[in-house]
Formats: sequence, structure tokens, C-alpha cells
Amino acid sequence: MQDVAIVSTAQFNTRAAPDRNEIEILLPVAQEAVRRSGLARGDIDFTCSGSSDWLQGQPFAFVSALDAVGAWPPVKESHVEMDGAWAMYEAWVKIQTGEVDSALVYSFGKTSPGDLAQVQSIALDPYCVAPLWPDMDSINALQARLYLQASGRDERDLAAIVARCRSDALNNQHAVEKGEHDVDKLLTEPYVASPLRAHDCPTHSDGATALVLVAGDRARELCARPVWIRGIDHRVEPMHLGLRDLTRCVSAQQAGLNAGVDQRRPQFAELSAPYSFQELILRDALGLGDDVRINPSGGSLVTHTMFSCGQNRIIDAVERITTGNADLGIAHASQGPCLQQNLVCVLEGD
Amino acid sequence: MADEVEPVATIGTPIRLEYDYRPGTAESVFLNGLRQGKLIGARAGHDGPVYLPPRGADPKSARITDDYVEVKDTGTVVTFSITRVPSPNIRIDPPYAAISVLLDGADISFFHVLRGCELEDVRIGMRVKARWVPPEQRGPTVWNIEYFEPLDEPDVPYDEIKEYC
Repeated sequence: MQDVAIVSTAQFNTRAAPDRNEIEILLPVAQEAVRRSGLARGDIDFTCSGSSDWLQGQPFAFVSALDAVGAWPPVKESHVEMDGAWAMYEAWVKIQTGEVDSALVYSFGKTSPGDLAQVQSIALDPYCVAPLWPDMDSINALQARLYLQASGRDERDLAAIVARCRSDALNNQHAVEKGEHDVDKLLTEPYVASPLRAHDCPTHSDGATALVLVAGDRARELCARPVWIRGIDHRVEPMHLGLRDLTRCVSAQQAGLNAGVDQRRPQFAELSAPYSFQELILRDALGLGDDVRINPSGGSLVTHTMFSCGQNRIIDAVERITTGNADLGIAHASQGPCLQQNLVCVLEGD
Repeated sequence: MADEVEPVATIGTPIRLEYDYRPGTAESVFLNGLRQGKLIGARAGHDGPVYLPPRGADPKSARITDDYVEVKDTGTVVTFSITRVPSPNIRIDPPYAAISVLLDGADISFFHVLRGCELEDVRIGMRVKARWVPPEQRGPTVWNIEYFEPLDEPDVPYDEIKEYC
């Protein structure tokens, strides 16, 4: 197995970026990640991205995004209609094949132009579910109800998670929603889809993320403290919600085991839990005890750029390690309704 | 039992999504220019190629195209095709000439239509000029140019434009 490290990162998130198109949002972020890597753009072997044309409402929008990262002379490139965390997985596999030694991985999402709830609806079974136009908040609320019933937890536990995430976000310059909050006061807010209130749901944002992967000793030459991908895996569950036990997350559990989470003692975990209660399901799935700090960045409850948020969790974890605040952490990405698909990686600094 | 099930041949699940399209900084400059009867391209720094329409980035250098340059509404046909198929979205009756025109001052060609000459006279290298709709009818759209029409100027030799063809 080839050792692969993340040698540079960059991110940008804002509540809405009405004056910039996707290329204009992405360009400075990608440029920053390349600059920090110490590699010339032309020396990066592979380019891989994650985004969704459905958000933009433009077919092949991901191709025009290549303008922002420099694609002439033509580059070796790939794209996943998924979160950028999966683009990183593809780049990692590509490096394992020996075909390339470095990769620029980026993702972006701008949800402000369309009605996100409607766009997400058409990702569901197109014949029997999507025609009902269910929105994600409602679907995830079904899972929340089941989870609270099965676990014995209550809405106060969820509000406590929200308060902690928003408070942690005060130390995250990239976070969109932040502040000190009183749990009792949060519990007086109206429901969006019971048992979920607005603060239990993700804070949607527009933004972009980028990172550079480099294999082997070259990473050490380029970077004072490369962050190594010690293990990475992803798993998906069936599309039909009725086929799944929504009170647990088997795909995250399996991905975690395959990434080697149980073999290590992570100090923290950046979990892609767009809805407050999902953090608890993921903690159980990954076997993370009380000694593991969860989402020091504030997580998806405070900043949630679609198709970029999973890669953002990886970048937040990397930055925590490169700044010397930790040595070993977990980064997790999820997509699909009710934590359908999950990616887990173990990250460690030298 | 399965044999007795009447197969459903088709089902209708209409999907309609509406988007609030925001063109971004560079394209807004271009579209606002069109409103004023101007063609505004952009380049990265003073030495980069001039892109029209600009989309915010120079795909060759991955730099921001923040230097805006007005391009002339005259240019040279770099390729063309005589279109004989009608389209509900195009308000010109076929046959007509679809052209790729290299505007004077731009480094990439621009797509439009050509009228005002016999179709058999359309050729690579011919000089053309935009015909604009009256100012009071202009909005932020490329249809502010009704069409291009021939200019009474000598053709540009192929060798001088071949890198754009």
C-alpha cells in the first residue's frame, strides 16, 4: 500500500454568494490549495472533483468548473457526482494503482440559486417516491423520531449538541452559524419537522474546498507536517428507506472498521452529521467513546455546503492536525437521505 | 400469477425545477455591456488571452480574469455551417448560416448567425459586422445582436486565423 498524505488544504464558505458564479467561488480556493502544496499546477498528476450539476441547473457544469483550476494543456481529470470526499477516495485509489503520485481534489456547491428541497427530492426513487416531493428535513425527521424512540434520548440531548457545535464554531473562522446558545431557549423554537427544529438541521451555505494529495517521501519534502491517510473506506446502504434499520448506521460502521478506526485511539472526529441526532448514531457506529472530541469545527450544523461538506470535514480534521492541536483523528463524510452512504478515513500527522 | 399482471407501459412523473440564475461577476460585466451595445471580454492580467464571453477564469492559467477589455463588433468568420434544420428555440427560418466569428480584439471565437448575403458566398476568412437591435429593445442578452452581416473588406488569409479555426 502506497502511503498518501494531504499536504495542503483550502476552504471557503459563506451563507450565500449571489454575486459570484461557481467558477468564481472555486478559483481562489483551488489556487490557494495548489500554492500551499508547493507544487506547480502542471506538476500535479491528477485532478478529481465532486459536485452536482443539479444544484446549478446546468448540464455538465462540472466541466466548466475546470476553467477555475487550469486545464490547458489538457489534464488527466475525473469527476464524481458526489461529495468531494469521494473524489478524494478516487484520487487515493488512482495513486494506489501507481499511475499517478499527486492529485488536486476539489468540490464546490452553490445551493442558493435553486430550491434545494426540491432538487434533493429528485435524487429519490424517481417512480414511487420522488413524485411525492418529500423534502430532506422531513425524511430525516422520520429517522430522528425512530432514533429517539429506540435510544431513549430526547430533544434536550439534541439541543445540547447544537449548542456545543455553535459554540465550537466561534473558533472556526470558516463557520457560517456560530454563537453561544442556551439549551432551554433552543427548545422553545418551533419545529421544522418534529422532532427537528431549524437548528437541528444543517446550515446551508455556498462554498468550495480543495486539497492536494501526494504519495510517499515527496509529501515530506513538500510539507512540514503532512497528514497521512492511514485508512479509508466507504459503504452504501439500499435506496429504499424501509429496507434499512434507521436507528443505526451499518454502512458507517463497516467503513469505519475497514478504515481501521477500532485499531487506533483517535483524539477527535469530524463527522458529517447534517442533522443533530445523526452525530449520536455515528458515534455508536464508529465506536467513539466520550474521550473523543466530536466536531471541534462545529460540523455540518454550522456550515453545510452541499457536495463539499464531507471534504470539508476532512479538511477541518487535517487543519487540526497540521496546526498541532492533535495527532490522530477521524474524518467522515455522508450523503443521501438518513446517512445512506458513508466514507470514513483515519488521519495522522507525522 | 405474474403472467396475469397487466404491464404498466408508461407512467407520468412530471418534474419542473426553477432556478434563480446569477451569472456572477465576469458574465454580469459582459451582459451589462450588451445592454449598452458593447462587447466586453476579460483577460487575466494585461498579457492573457481575451475571453468573450468571460466566465471569470482563464482556463489556461487558472487566474482570475479581472481586466475587462472592450472588443469590437467587427470580426472574421473562422468557421460556419449552413443550418437546414428548424429549431423551436431559434427564430430564424432555415436555411441560415451559423458562424463562429473571431471578433477584433478577442482571442476566442464567438457563436452567432450571419445574414445579408447569399449562403453560397459565406466563407472562412470573410469580414463581418454585428447588426444591433435598436437601443430601446436591448436587454442583457446576446440577441441584442440581431445577426452579423458582411463587411465590404478583403478576406483575412487563412494562415492569419488558422490558430482560431
